Amino acid sequence: MMFKNTIFTPLLLGLALTGLTAASAQDSVRITQQGKQFSEKQITLAAGQTVVFVNDDNVAHNVYTIVKGKKEDLGLQKPSEEGSITFDAAGTYRVRCAIHPKMKMMVKVQ
Amino acid sequence: MKSKSKTWKLLASACVIAAAVGTQVAADGDTFKGLYERPTDIPFPEENPYSDAKAELGKMLFFDPRLSRENNLTCGSCHNPSFAWEDAQPTSVGTPMSRLGRHTPTVLNMAWGELYFWDGRAETLEEQALGPIQAGGEMAQDMDALLLELKAVPGYVDLFNEVYPGEGITPENIGKSIATYERTIVSAEAPFDRWIAGDEGAISDAAKRGFDVFNTKARCSTCHEGWNFTDWGFHDIGLGDADQGRYEVLEFDALKHAFKTPGLRNIVERAPYMHDGSLKTLEEVVDHYDSGFVQRPSLSSDMQALGLTSEEKSDLVAFLKTLSSKDPAVTLPVLPN
Repeated sequence: MMFKNTIFTPLLLGLALTGLTAASAQDSVRITQQGKQFSEKQITLAAGQTVVFVNDDNVAHNVYTIVKGKKEDLGLQKPSEEGSITFDAAGTYRVRCAIHPKMKMMVKVQ
Repeated sequence: MKSKSKTWKLLASACVIAAAVGTQVAADGDTFKGLYERPTDIPFPEENPYSDAKAELGKMLFFDPRLSRENNLTCGSCHNPSFAWEDAQPTSVGTPMSRLGRHTPTVLNMAWGELYFWDGRAETLEEQALGPIQAGGEMAQDMDALLLELKAVPGYVDLFNEVYPGEGITPENIGKSIATYERTIVSAEAPFDRWIAGDEGAISDAAKRGFDVFNTKARCSTCHEGWNFTDWGFHDIGLGDADQGRYEVLEFDALKHAFKTPGLRNIVERAPYMHDGSLKTLEEVVDHYDSGFVQRPSLSSDMQALGLTSEEKSDLVAFLKTLSSKDPAVTLPVLPN
């Protein structure tokens, strides 16, 4: 994984110069849920990027994270359903399934 | 929690196999057996590494009644090793001799856990260990009073200084010690494990059929997965009581009436069952999952009427009985005074 495409922007250049994985805010990242696991344990995003969480599992999941004290809750996702969260602010966020707490990943936003 | 143990590699392998197989695919028993191999090591977190002295100190604290306000309850009062670390009651009795709201969960195999208590309100086992000590209805101890009490015992001062040089007796170190001891409480090898390891005579034919039903028609393994038979998740299984469970901690609709999936090791010794202790026998538990649950919006989508036959129910119970191990007797520690 991680980004579907890369668009050359000042942001990209800046991130590239600092040696960071880079992408523009227009890119979305797809994370799948299978076997009660996210497809990635950790990803790095640019501020404003969106993560699409796809349930490829055979059980329902409920993805959420907490941003500045506020819960971002995708609600119950049945198999084959998807939902997205946009990460606007820099920081490190833990994304978890509310039903299956061992299913978790970190999102670093720069 | 992180671990340097190879245990995680084993469990990760099981997850990969689970993903490949799925829980609804009928397959031969050997396919499923690979999902239930026991780990070889206990994982301890980097933030609280194991030492013999720490585990021994934790055992002392676990069985010391001075941790309760009235000096009459220990962690072991409810988590009694004679009942597979439960207490054989629907709900236990706390301070002052009042019934608690939920059934005592076992502390077996907590080293592999994720979020603790029936509602997952403790992030770590260290945090969990301090909860009942201070909970008003349980051991009802004031932490400042406890620290004074323990610091007045020279033996404890020496032990804490040995295990935590420069820190001594603190709430954090009490929690670390008890958690370390609890992580050593692991169910021993059961007949099921010997069958998984290749001893075909270790369990009956009925139990083998029950294992197949467990993994297929009855869908038990959807949540009761892996060697400890739990996904450590939260599910509304339709018991019908008013307790909101995990929703009281995390207000998501999917978590209304949801409670942590208990592991199934030594389940025979852990009756009665469920978060409210409302079901007395394994037969009642199987009947509940077959068709006895209430319908409501938060009911887990994994809960579906099963249509089990009498033989399938009997086989399931036969299988569950193979999960009991003859664990070493627990000796009470000599406490400093």
